[in-house]
Amino acid sequence: MLELHDIHARYGAITALRGISITVSQGELVALLGVNGAGKSTTLGCIGGVMRPWQGSITFEGNSLVGKPPEQIARMGISLVPEGRDIFPSLTVEENLRLGAYVRSEKGEYRRNLEETFELFPVLKERIEQPGGTLSGGEQQQLAIARALMSRPRLLMLDEPSLGLSPALVDQIFELITNLHQRGVTILLVEQNVERSLEIVDRAYLMNTGLIESQGTSEQLRTHADIEGIYMGVKKQPGK
Amino acid sequence: MINLEFIINTLSLGSLYAMLALGLVIVYGILNLVNFAYGELIMVGGYVMFLLTAFSPLPWLVVGILAIGAGMLASLFTELVAFRPVREKSLTAMLVTSFAISTLLQNAALLIISPRARAVTLPEIFQTSVMIAGTSVPWRNILTIVTCVVTLTLLTLLLRHTVLGIALRAAADNFKMTRLLGVPANTVISTAFAISGIMAGIVSIFWIGRSSSVTPTIGAPPLLVAFVACVIGGMRNLTGAVVGGFVYAIIISLLGVILPPGLVEFREAFMFVIVIIILLFRPEGLIRSKTSVERVG
Repeated sequence: MLELHDIHARYGAITALRGISITVSQGELVALLGVNGAGKSTTLGCIGGVMRPWQGSITFEGNSLVGKPPEQIARMGISLVPEGRDIFPSLTVEENLRLGAYVRSEKGEYRRNLEETFELFPVLKERIEQPGGTLSGGEQQQLAIARALMSRPRLLMLDEPSLGLSPALVDQIFELITNLHQRGVTILLVEQNVERSLEIVDRAYLMNTGLIESQGTSEQLRTHADIEGIYMGVKKQPGK
Repeated sequence: MINLEFIINTLSLGSLYAMLALGLVIVYGILNLVNFAYGELIMVGGYVMFLLTAFSPLPWLVVGILAIGAGMLASLFTELVAFRPVREKSLTAMLVTSFAISTLLQNAALLIISPRARAVTLPEIFQTSVMIAGTSVPWRNILTIVTCVVTLTLLTLLLRHTVLGIALRAAADNFKMTRLLGVPANTVISTAFAISGIMAGIVSIFWIGRSSSVTPTIGAPPLLVAFVACVIGGMRNLTGAVVGGFVYAIIISLLGVILPPGLVEFREAFMFVIVIIILLFRPEGLIRSKTSVERVG
């Protein structure tokens, strides 16, 4: 469904990605794991059209994404929930959700989607008329995910959804991701919380300094020697 | 002194300034660009009125609508040919571009029409007054207030109840995220420029309604008023622009009454001293933008 091949990207003089190749298949829950600065968010940015890779190809259902503006990529069925949630603070919860459905033009569909969203996120129904900026961190994260789901994306990309949330809320978010996965949503998840992520994903890629270090299923990665190193943020020297 | 006439005059001036400031701030909110060519949109509206009233038999209502349309088209056109190509480069490039368009349009008017003022024939209603509670009130002032109320109502409806309007407000909050939801950047920016141009067109009718003539440099004073009103009210939101417009009008009108006759001609200087004092206490302007502070949870 999604295929990245040999993606290189940089911010000015700083190289962020040095040849990334990943694939995500229909219905899968795949994670990009690694420490800060590994290039995880940059990878999502390249897919979402916020960043332009200078080398490599990205295809989604056979169509190239490189060079397309973010609004066009959104229309192709890819939804990105950025790190820091980026909800619209001065818009009400309902207005946030309404914009989430922007690419959906069918009239009755919006109402139906809204009802489903409230089933999944009951707290948002209570807050419907409140400005997004007045929600708590956990509620904002739910709103950000709910807003992304309003477009009925074929691929949902979540960037550090558990960042800055209390342990109880982290549990809630991971439960939600599992729930969405079971409903058949294809998800590409970026996380620093390696252990929690490996509990729920089908497959994962471990990234470090702009490269894919290893990949595989959760079981394969758990037994991998480097996982501790990635988790702790230090790369083990071979042979030690 | 402060009587009904004064109140209606001030409200009318405030209405004009509020619409003026709104047109500037709606573009600023999205692009962070102070469009220095905004005053020239008013000039374009003015010359359209001059040409149509002098050389065509069109009724005044049609002339007015065409002037508003011309303001909108001029605004959309400048966005398309001048701002869009440099938008991705830098904010400074856009700012310099806006100065360039301003100069270009002024010189075009100098060359094509004339450096001298051109009289605009105004409809009867702009010269007549009505008696209200024993005071003679110019129809023009009543018309300005009514237009402002109607315009603000329509704009509020657009911004609150249409998807495009919600997208505009979202883009003012976070443009990148708005695009990530599938809203095309060009749609948002064109809409903002269209609204800005419509505001300039409406203002041009009443601005020229006060002076009855149009010159190539007529855009400079309203641009300054709009800018100062936005600074007073707060650059980041539309309510601030409206409040700023009315506060500007109230201060300038009061100064006209309070100051001794010899100093009235310097009232702009006093005005700016007051603006500086306001900014010392409220550097963000009177109306702060909605907070994005999140609760811990």
